[in-house]
Amino acid sequence: MSGELIELPGELIERVISVIAETQRLGKEKVSLDSSFEELGMDSMDGVNVLFALENEFDINIPDEEARAVRTVRGMAEGVAKLVAAKARSAATAE
Amino acid sequence: MRRVAVTGIGVICGLGRDLAEYWCGLREGRSGVAPIESVDTTGMRFQNGAEVRDYRQQEHFEDKRADFIDRFAQFAVIAAREAAARARVEWSPRLRQRTAIVTGSCLGGQSTEDSGFVDLYRLGRQRLNPLIIPRTMANAGASHISIEFGITGPAFTLSTACSSSGHAIGQAYWMVRSGAVEMALAGGSEAPFSMGILKAWEAMRVISPDLCRPFSRDRKGMVLGEGAAILVLEPLEAARARGASIEGEIVGFGMSSDASHITQPSADGAARAMMAALEDAGLEPGQAGYINAHGTGTQANDSTETRAIRAVFGAHADRLPVSSTKAMHGHALGAASALEAAATLLALREGVLPPTVNYREPDRDCDLDVVPNVARKASPEYALSNSFAFGGLNAVLAFGRA
Repeated sequence: MSGELIELPGELIERVISVIAETQRLGKEKVSLDSSFEELGMDSMDGVNVLFALENEFDINIPDEEARAVRTVRGMAEGVAKLVAAKARSAATAE
Repeated sequence: MRRVAVTGIGVICGLGRDLAEYWCGLREGRSGVAPIESVDTTGMRFQNGAEVRDYRQQEHFEDKRADFIDRFAQFAVIAAREAAARARVEWSPRLRQRTAIVTGSCLGGQSTEDSGFVDLYRLGRQRLNPLIIPRTMANAGASHISIEFGITGPAFTLSTACSSSGHAIGQAYWMVRSGAVEMALAGGSEAPFSMGILKAWEAMRVISPDLCRPFSRDRKGMVLGEGAAILVLEPLEAARARGASIEGEIVGFGMSSDASHITQPSADGAARAMMAALEDAGLEPGQAGYINAHGTGTQANDSTETRAIRAVFGAHADRLPVSSTKAMHGHALGAASALEAAATLLALREGVLPPTVNYREPDRDCDLDVVPNVARKASPEYALSNSFAFGGLNAVLAFGRA
């Protein structure tokens, strides 16, 4: 979920932050694009919980391998953006 | 306090359908892991498991009786039959009253429940099968062993996730050692291959997409297994007096709880359980010659277990072989400790340490002698078997060569 530069729509950032804040039972103001999972007090099980909530929110499947390396909200938002874009592309191809 | 001998062992699992087949698999470093057949895993993150292949309940139970017994409890009875037969137990009314049964299971008959609830939630049926409750209850294994042999002494079941059967064997060991009972059948069983259970494990992201590679740097998680192992325990003196064959001795048992996190392991908790087992056995750390590791193949377990072993054994850890047999028989959850207790006893008896298979790359966070890929001749006098459960509940058994 890293390497190339990924454009992040504001609406997507907003939804990712909301999901993380809700799952972690934190106020939304506590979570920003620059927060690391460590700063948010997230451990590995919290991370798995957030992945589950994001998969439901965006109707995507987040592979283990890619998820493992992500340590920040920005990294997570970029990964989600990529998967959402890939889903849109495959939907367009199907049509 | 009495010394406690193991006079019979029974096993059924993905690596072998009886003790002989199991040992053959362990010694040869074979794998019982293959694509899962009993559940359609299309689209799931993992496809492999260590199932008991081609299992036909009719070969073990009459149809009417089989209807009442979930697969997990069937395995418990099958393993108990082999263990009792190998121990050549001569049942008398008094012995039946003075024998305990202690089993471990993490999930009990949840596979029965899973398929039963499909009727309710998906098919909209109003009536459920009345056998769901007696098939699902976690104590069904202990109950059916009791019915099978007419054993009327204390019988109960422990559920401590992946330590279940370690706690079960430990309690039974203490009961025989103290004189509370004259004999015990102890171990555990599990049968986790049903759609709901596999999907729940998938969600936790701890299952490897291919194979289980304990202590290897490229490890990606565990692989589920199923089966049962049961041990027959009795006082060493009594076993000798009746001319029973002695498979080995249980010499100590230690427990601890992490009091830290519901899923993340703690080196401190694991170390305290190993130290408690050594202390209970009256052993110095340097006397242990082999450890059958918990070794699940997750990033977190294997590095944490390594730290714990180094904390307990110090410099001796550099000379102490440690292998995980889970790569071969899978992680059988509540049956895992019992399968591994059997592997540890066989290693002591045969003078061969089973290997950690699927090992590819050293990891400096797991810098132990993990007996990679090939079994090794060695004749340790004492060995430990580690179990560290989700929930932070730890059970360590110490065994001695007969």
